[in-house]
Amino acid sequence: MTASFFPYLLRLADDRLVLGHRLSEWCGHGPILEEDIALANVSLDLIGEATLLLKLAGEAEGQGRNEDALAYFRDSADYRNALMVELPKGDFGFTIVRQFFFSVYSLLQMDALTRTSNADLAGIAAKAVKESRYHVRHSAEWVVTLGDGTDESHLRAQRAVDDLWRYTGELFMADAIDREVSDAGLGVNPETLAERWHEEVGKTLERATLTIPSVTYMQRGGRDGKHTEHLGHMLAEMQIVARSHPGATW
Amino acid sequence: MVKRAILSREELFSILDTVMDPEVPVLSVVELGIVRDVLATDDGAVVTVTPTYSGCPAMREIETEIRRALEEQGVGPVTIRTTYSPAWTTDWIAPEARAKLEAYGIAPPGAVEAGELIQLTRRVATVRCPYCKSVHTEQKSEFGSTACKSIWFCRECRQPFEQFKAI
Repeated sequence: MTASFFPYLLRLADDRLVLGHRLSEWCGHGPILEEDIALANVSLDLIGEATLLLKLAGEAEGQGRNEDALAYFRDSADYRNALMVELPKGDFGFTIVRQFFFSVYSLLQMDALTRTSNADLAGIAAKAVKESRYHVRHSAEWVVTLGDGTDESHLRAQRAVDDLWRYTGELFMADAIDREVSDAGLGVNPETLAERWHEEVGKTLERATLTIPSVTYMQRGGRDGKHTEHLGHMLAEMQIVARSHPGATW
Repeated sequence: MVKRAILSREELFSILDTVMDPEVPVLSVVELGIVRDVLATDDGAVVTVTPTYSGCPAMREIETEIRRALEEQGVGPVTIRTTYSPAWTTDWIAPEARAKLEAYGIAPPGAVEAGELIQLTRRVATVRCPYCKSVHTEQKSEFGSTACKSIWFCRECRQPFEQFKAI
C-alpha cells in the first residue's frame, strides 16, 4: 500500500466530516420542517461516510488511531478538506448552492472510486453513490427553485454562486498524493472529474437562470492544511466535549 | 449462560430472525438483509452484517441486540464482522417482509432503478397509501424521520405516511 493512501483517505473523509457538521448547524433552523429534516439526513449520511473513511484511514496509517481519534484529536492544520466545505453555512441559498456543487463532485468521485483496487474503499464508495444520488437531486431541485424563483431568492442564489465559484477549482486540483494513489489504482485523480462536473453543474445553473461568474483565480490550501479562520472555530465547537472528557462513554 | 452443542447455520439464522430492527420493529435484521451470513464456531458464532445507510445510528444497537440474542441461547463468544460489499439494497427485502411493512403503516420500497448516474429531477413512482390503499398520493420529501424513509401524503384519506426508500 502506498504511503499516500492515508493522506488521500483523510481528504475524502474530511470533506464529508466538515460539510456534514456545517449542515448539522441547520438542525432546528431549517426554513420549513421538511427541509430541516432533509438537511439533517444529508448531514447524517456525510458524517456516516466520514466515519467509515476515517476508520479505513486509521487502518492505513497503522498508528492505532481510530475514527474518533482522527475526528476529535486533530487540529485544523491537520485537516485536509477543501476550503469550500468549511465556509460558514450562510443563508439557505448559500447552503444549497454549496451542497449542489459538492454533491455532484462527490457523486462523480464516489462512482469512480467503486472501481478502486481497495475492496473496503470500493464498498464504502458504492454505498455513498446511492446516498449521493439523493443529495444531488435534492440540492439541484432547490437550486432551480431558488434561482428561477422570486427576485429575492434569485439574488441570493446568484450571490452564493458568485461567492462560491472561486472555491470550486480546488476540488479538481491534483498533487503528488492524488497522482500516486491514482497510479496505484487506489484512488481517483480529481482532474478527471472536472469536465463532467462543469457540464452537469452548468446545465442546472442554466435551468436556474443563474450565471457562472467570470472569476479565474481559484482559492486553494485546504488539501495541504492551510485553512480559513472558519475551520478552527468549527472544530472548537465540534471537538470540545471529546477533548474535555477524553475516553468518556455514555 | 447455558452452554449447548454447536448450532447449525439455519438454527443460528432463526435466532437472529428474532432480532427486530429498532427503527422498523416489524422486520427482523435478517428480513432487512442486514445480516449477510452467520457461521458457527466452537460454541460461538461469527455474524457478518452490512450497514443500511453509512450513517445509520441504529447499527450499534443492532450489533448489541444480535450479541444479546445469541448469548441468551448459549451461543458465545459472538464475533461481529462488518462488510461493505455488496452495498445494502432494499431489493433484498422479500415480499412477505414488504407486506409486514405495509400492514405496519410504512409503504414498502419499489424496485431500485439503475438509470442515469446523475438525475437532476425526481422521477416519482406511484406509491400506494398503506392505510386506504389509494394511489392518489404525493411525495412531500425524499427525506423522512430516519435515513431509510421518505415522507408522503395521501390525497384520498388525507393521511401523511412514510415510505421505505428504494436504495
